[in-house]
Amino acid sequence: MSILVNRDTRVICQGITGKAGAFHTQQCMEYGTPMVGGVTPGKGGTRSEHGLPIFNSCHDAVRETGANATMIFVPAAFAADAAMEAADAGIPLVVLITEGIPTLDMIRLRKYLDETGTKLIGPNCPGIITPGQCKIGIMPGYIHRPPQDGSRNVGLISRSGTLTYEAVWQCTTRGLSQSTCVGIGGDPVKGLNFIDLLGLFQNDAQTDVIVLIGEIGGSDEEQAAAYIQAQVTKPVVAFIAGQTAPPGRRMGHAGAIISGGEGTAAGKIAALQAAGIAVVPSPADIGATAARMIRPA
Amino acid sequence: MKIHEYQARQLLAEAGVPVPPAEVASTAEEALAAYGRLGGRVVVKAQVSAGGRGKAGFVRLCDDADQVREAAEFMLTHRMVSRQTGPAGVAVRKLLLAAAMDIAGEYYVGMTVDRARRCPVVMVSREGGVEIEEVAARNPEAIVKEWLHPHLGLLPFQIRRLTQALGLTAKEQVQAATRTLAGLADLFLSYDATLAEINPLVITSEGRLLALDAKVTFDDNGLFRHPTIMAMADTSEENPDEIRARAAGLSYIALDGNIGCVVNGAGLAMATMDLIKLHGGEPANFLDVGGSVTTEGAIEAFRIILADPKVKGVLVNIFGGIAKCDLIAEALIAAAREVGFHVPVVVRLEGTNVERARQLLNDAQVSGLLTAEDLTDAAQKVCAAV
Repeated sequence: MSILVNRDTRVICQGITGKAGAFHTQQCMEYGTPMVGGVTPGKGGTRSEHGLPIFNSCHDAVRETGANATMIFVPAAFAADAAMEAADAGIPLVVLITEGIPTLDMIRLRKYLDETGTKLIGPNCPGIITPGQCKIGIMPGYIHRPPQDGSRNVGLISRSGTLTYEAVWQCTTRGLSQSTCVGIGGDPVKGLNFIDLLGLFQNDAQTDVIVLIGEIGGSDEEQAAAYIQAQVTKPVVAFIAGQTAPPGRRMGHAGAIISGGEGTAAGKIAALQAAGIAVVPSPADIGATAARMIRPA
Repeated sequence: MKIHEYQARQLLAEAGVPVPPAEVASTAEEALAAYGRLGGRVVVKAQVSAGGRGKAGFVRLCDDADQVREAAEFMLTHRMVSRQTGPAGVAVRKLLLAAAMDIAGEYYVGMTVDRARRCPVVMVSREGGVEIEEVAARNPEAIVKEWLHPHLGLLPFQIRRLTQALGLTAKEQVQAATRTLAGLADLFLSYDATLAEINPLVITSEGRLLALDAKVTFDDNGLFRHPTIMAMADTSEENPDEIRARAAGLSYIALDGNIGCVVNGAGLAMATMDLIKLHGGEPANFLDVGGSVTTEGAIEAFRIILADPKVKGVLVNIFGGIAKCDLIAEALIAAAREVGFHVPVVVRLEGTNVERARQLLNDAQVSGLLTAEDLTDAAQKVCAAV
């Protein structure tokens, strides 16, 4: 099991001939991801440096390769259009890595995708990985630990990139495997959110404990707290970044801002704790706390 | 990106929103000339993006040329200090002179993005002239909202509902409110705004509806397609280190503490600040060097932080993914050679190429550099060192 992606997922890369797209396609292939092609308008009929077929459109790629997931590295100005093209071609899962997409583009994109039923991960995110099977994104593969026979596993959801790697590494070095890790991205308007993924992890037989990494800005964590209280029976460990962030300043991520007194770390932590969720005060304790929850002393 | 009131007002006027006659001045002479054209009673307002202007004496009603001259000279030669500016205050470079209105009623009209609903929202309230957050906390029912369809914008029926919520019935007022709401939405959607507020929107004693004060901020991610907005940027109120860091592709925010932070990734950077605080220290800054950082960019990060006189220690926390640990190690060594570590620098590296990075640091024998085993060890070491 796992969620959303596995060894049978057939992945294309939109923007495969760009620097980042080419580099990460290579990295994904080395990890073992079933990459089946790429899309760069105007370069259809040629092959990428990795030997993959390049198509002019997602529609051609789907018809020729049966692709059912896409990893997008298209520049911000054209990224929403690329995602809509993928949805129109019938690709059910879009992983949008691109950073810097205008919020109004994301609002229009999200509405479009909701109407086609396409799932979106991102934007401004590291992507998704089911360790040992399929990596769609820019996370370093080697830090993850695939589930072993009889192992109990962590499912991880995060708005961050490197903080996610940090948490994954803390798990791996403690011998804790991961079912699937999803970086949902640091933008104010995005695709799959905490609550969507909490539902998937709750129903995934291979996930035993869920790690949720949030940050200041918006109310996604508050919604997650309410959802967990009502729907999730598996143990959840949470960390909220930005406890020391000043209000009114955007902390790197477009979505990480406390505005009008809303979106504070204190408010999110209080909501999660009120829902009975273990919130760790230190980012150094995420892995150890997850391990304790899996093997109660 | 923020713009000044006079710029916001100009954009609103271009979008068809009724505004009172006004002029912009950069000197007392210009202010007097502007007053010559406007005449009567005017309000002189300092153009700074920080709030608290009224209380600081940087918004003044003037009835004649002498008062205008006095107000202009005062504002242009004194730094404005308010709760939002900090004790150093900000210099005033431009003044807005607007015809003063006899106000019979004040309203609020604003537009922003509702993150939870993933669409723009227009808000109106009969309680204008005060902060909308204050109204939201005290009397949320006094704010009426209409959420926009992402693909259709603000529809005529929604404008009618908002106008009715404001209690406007006179034909001219309804027409002016319609132009105001449609213009606000047009401005917001065509320029990728994140906030557009008219507060207050007033009814004058003659029954005219006018936008008296305006605030507009823009989505930094949308600026690439709006060169006219980008040209409005005024960095004079920004921290010079933040401007310098941005030019080097770094995401940096100055804070009040004494422990400098060099981190890759925004989430990890925030978490590192939290970790310092948890161990009794105070972060001097937020800094994300980014995933595609170069050695030169990383050296610039060290230059900026080590030049900050507040900084008594530095915590370098890198989890190498795309940004490789050995590149950071090389930057550390180069920065130590160039500027010298006059304060302790605690380094915690993990991830891609960490072994090579540790070897590099070991071989270089950098004085002032302390290595840490893990996150907690790093935080304890740097907090103990300052």
